[in-house]
Amino acid sequence: MRQRRTSGIVQPKGLRSVLMRMGLFAVLGLFCLYYLLPLVVMVSTSLKSLAEIREGTLLSLPQAITFDAWAKAWDSACVGVRCDGLKPFMWNSIAMAVPAVILSTTLGAINGYALTKWRFPGADWIFALILFGAFIPFQVVLLPMARTLGQLGLAGTVPGLILVHTVYGLAFTTLFFRNFFVSVSDGILQAAKVDGAGFFGIFFRIVLPMSIPAIVVTVIWQFTQIWNDFLFGVAFTIGDSNPVTVALNNVVNTSTGVKEYNVDMAAAIIAALPTMLVYVVAGAYFVRGLSAGAVKG
Amino acid sequence: MASGIRLEKLRKSFGATEVIKGIDMEIEPGEFVVLVGPSGCGKSTLLNLIAGLETATGGAIRIGGKLVNDVPPRDRDIAMVFQSYALYPTKTVRDNITFGMQTRRIPKDNQQAALEEFSQLLQIDHLLDRKPGQLSGGQRQRVAMGRALVRKPEVFLFDEPLSNLDAKLRISMRTEIKKLHQRLGKTIVYVTHDQIEAMTLATRIAVMDNGHIRQFAPPADIYENPVDLFVAGFMGSPPMNMLPGVLCRNGAALAVQPKGTGLRFPLPRPLADRVTLQDGDQVVLGLRPESIFAAETELPGENRFVFEEAVEVVEPTGPDTMIVFDIGGTEMIARVRPEDARPEGTRFRFEVDMTKAKLFTPDTGQAM
Ligand SMILES: Nc1ncnc2c1ncn2[C@@H]1O[C@H](COP(=O)(O)OP(=O)(O)OP(=O)(O)O)[C@@H](O)[C@H]1O
Ligand SMILES: [Mg+2]
Repeated sequence: MRQRRTSGIVQPKGLRSVLMRMGLFAVLGLFCLYYLLPLVVMVSTSLKSLAEIREGTLLSLPQAITFDAWAKAWDSACVGVRCDGLKPFMWNSIAMAVPAVILSTTLGAINGYALTKWRFPGADWIFALILFGAFIPFQVVLLPMARTLGQLGLAGTVPGLILVHTVYGLAFTTLFFRNFFVSVSDGILQAAKVDGAGFFGIFFRIVLPMSIPAIVVTVIWQFTQIWNDFLFGVAFTIGDSNPVTVALNNVVNTSTGVKEYNVDMAAAIIAALPTMLVYVVAGAYFVRGLSAGAVKG
Repeated sequence: MASGIRLEKLRKSFGATEVIKGIDMEIEPGEFVVLVGPSGCGKSTLLNLIAGLETATGGAIRIGGKLVNDVPPRDRDIAMVFQSYALYPTKTVRDNITFGMQTRRIPKDNQQAALEEFSQLLQIDHLLDRKPGQLSGGQRQRVAMGRALVRKPEVFLFDEPLSNLDAKLRISMRTEIKKLHQRLGKTIVYVTHDQIEAMTLATRIAVMDNGHIRQFAPPADIYENPVDLFVAGFMGSPPMNMLPGVLCRNGAALAVQPKGTGLRFPLPRPLADRVTLQDGDQVVLGLRPESIFAAETELPGENRFVFEEAVEVVEPTGPDTMIVFDIGGTEMIARVRPEDARPEGTRFRFEVDMTKAKLFTPDTGQAM
């Protein structure tokens, strides 16, 4: 099952195809270099001392590696008036992103499932309306959202931000799951209905296990979106409840006196680490072909 | 005991296209009904209606006397084998088979017993830990069968359950299904394209065409007394020969003269007496291939007619050989013993047993 269905396909051999391959890898390598360069600069700068940064060039590698900038960024850099580093704000972001990702993914999955497999009159209209949400720019919803949060008493809090991200994410997650579920054979659901399962029984025991690829894609997407969001964070939270993206901005912008590039770089990498982690971990589960063999032929 | 099924003026449309066009059917408890008909005539749709997977556009469905039009599938006490198998891809064969029992909270011990019984019967007991993706088509089909059988509901619906098996396995499964039906005594509605399956399994066969039931009768009746040209042409392999001709009346004696020939097939008494048409009227003479054989190879009998035609094609099937020939532009098939066959191009003396002949009116297609 894990083995790719395509791994055994016979491929052409000979000089021509070897040259083609080499050409292909050369081009790919070039692109890799191009994309990786900024990251290399960030990492290398974050490992230098301030003195070294002043003397060397942007591309020069660190002579004496030091993790001082990382330590400072993590727990003593000043964010506004508070000098505890990014640490408390990382927790804010986690406390916001994890529930928001889970909620928006779950609800999106149920939406997509209901819209494709338990069709009701007007389902397409409802889908069109939900989809509309995906095309509304963030800025447009700022004011109405602020009022809503105020009415709910959630203004300036992490739960408030969770709500915003869940609602805004629903349009995307519903779209993802709907498009995945239309390709799931109706026959499987019919069989499950005859076997006595109901709406949620089929959802949890048949459909969700088949949707792991869709879940992984959605989680990666949602996590990246929510974690990296700055606008909602800056608009709907204050000071201590800021997510890490807002804190990062404050670190970089409020440093008084000398500009500590190494600390800024370290802070930026720290703020970006979780999304990379999610991508690497979740990506490993990104297995395809889970529905192989379900139906005839 | 088992429940009967009753369909009353059942209709089903998908948008503007009507697929089931008013079906009336009374299936007795414990009966084994086989549905046959050309591809796309609505067999699967009819099963889905009985299962509750499609909502009827009109009419009534009763299972065990109870009106079930608005009862969801899980409360209808049915099990179904889907034409597409529809196995659960992420579950093992074991879980595929027991899922229905799990949702119905049947005790684990009973589940295990049923699983063992049927996985052995279907010869899939060595595959229980695999996923459907790791099975061959025929193995998947047997898993689909197992999933339906373990629950022992009141009504079984089978949609071409043996279509993907090899010839030998198919015959043994056919026998198993028949035994199972005799043992469990449940009502079965079974769709197949296999004529032999239909003839051997059914207590009654329903021949469907384009959303209608053309004939619903025991297999022998369907074969011997088809109500119209459609049923006559559909059941039997190779199909019945349909010879268009005109009626010739000669006193009390009647004969059919195929178009463009001088041949006259005399009609036997009971059939001739039923004919109300006039001399010169158009008719279609139906002759099963097995009622045409090599002349003088059977004991002489009444109502035999001998004629001579050129052999066009010879098709050996093993036990019999089919000889294709031509009467007045109509292609005919005769079933002869292999040793009587003659090579293509030779003249051949055929003998017809006219007692087996059928007569149809060409415009309505009805049998006389
Ligand atoms: N969901 C649907 N929407 C529209 N038309 C449909 C739908 N399902 C079936 N049909 C049409 O209804 C007709 C009957 O389909 P059905 O599957 O019942 O045929 P069948 O007799 O089972 O054929 P086969 O022997 O090929 O399985 C077909 O013409 C098909 O195109
Ligand atoms: Mg079908």
